[in-house]
Amino acid sequence: MKISVLQFPGTNCEYDTKYAFEKLGCDVEVIWHKEKKIPSDTDLLVIPGGFSYGDYLRSGAIARFANVMESVQEYAAKGGKVLGICNGFQILLEAGLLPGAMKRNDSLHFISKYHTLKVINTDNTFLSLTKKDEVLNIPVAHHDGNYYIDAEGLKELEKNNQILLKYCDKNGNLVNMNGSVSNIAGICNKEKNVFGLMPHPERAIEEILGSTDGVNMLKGFLQ
Amino acid sequence: MKAIVNVGLKQGVLDDQGKATHHALDTLGFKEIVKDVRIGKQIIIELNSSNEEEARAEVTKMCEKLLANTVIEDYNIQIVG
Repeated sequence: MKISVLQFPGTNCEYDTKYAFEKLGCDVEVIWHKEKKIPSDTDLLVIPGGFSYGDYLRSGAIARFANVMESVQEYAAKGGKVLGICNGFQILLEAGLLPGAMKRNDSLHFISKYHTLKVINTDNTFLSLTKKDEVLNIPVAHHDGNYYIDAEGLKELEKNNQILLKYCDKNGNLVNMNGSVSNIAGICNKEKNVFGLMPHPERAIEEILGSTDGVNMLKGFLQ
Repeated sequence: MKAIVNVGLKQGVLDDQGKATHHALDTLGFKEIVKDVRIGKQIIIELNSSNEEEARAEVTKMCEKLLANTVIEDYNIQIVG
């Protein structure tokens, strides 16, 4: 399994992501944003977290025009699997590969802590090893994670089972952590090959980190 | 000439920064006078052009492509100088 992880100036989760997938037995390559092409044998492309281009203008707004992104658009259009984590999710939204947009958290604070998430839909590669309504404990670390989509767009997401994860409490009751429409923490596209989420599954892969709930999420891609 | 671009959240998209600032102004004693607060950003672009129409058309393209995220934001352009 070949995984390509993008790296922009300001990306800071590329080596965590590499570590996590290598631990699962994958061959992982970090790809600098100036590359024109992603490796042709890529089975999964990951856009990791961080603060690409300092989050200037808007989170992800400048990264989406990086050289490598044209190749990412082509790869996704052909059905290639793409996972955007945190800043990666923001980049996918700015690039139009996922619907909606990110706003500043409604508290206006940067939120960095473990948070519980409820699995909403499992009929996709990413969450195929988790169970519907399962509660996962995964860290979040973001300033702009307040997901916005208009009412019509939300209906589409619901109709097509595109909502992956929602913020919840330990008992699975939904909570609104950052202002996100419908408590959304992660979504996928209609074709179910492009995935984005604000929480960091790659940071929850060993007991010593406080949770291993991220393992089954990342493993979903390895089948 | 230069372009002054104002970008802000669309009406109907909750402006949390504006809301928090509104609240702060209220507590500072401006409750009576303040009706609403919206926060946006201003981008000033120096242009190599003396044709206002062309400048406006080009800056509009910049807004649509990069400067505003039209899913949640509106923009307006003033050409000056």
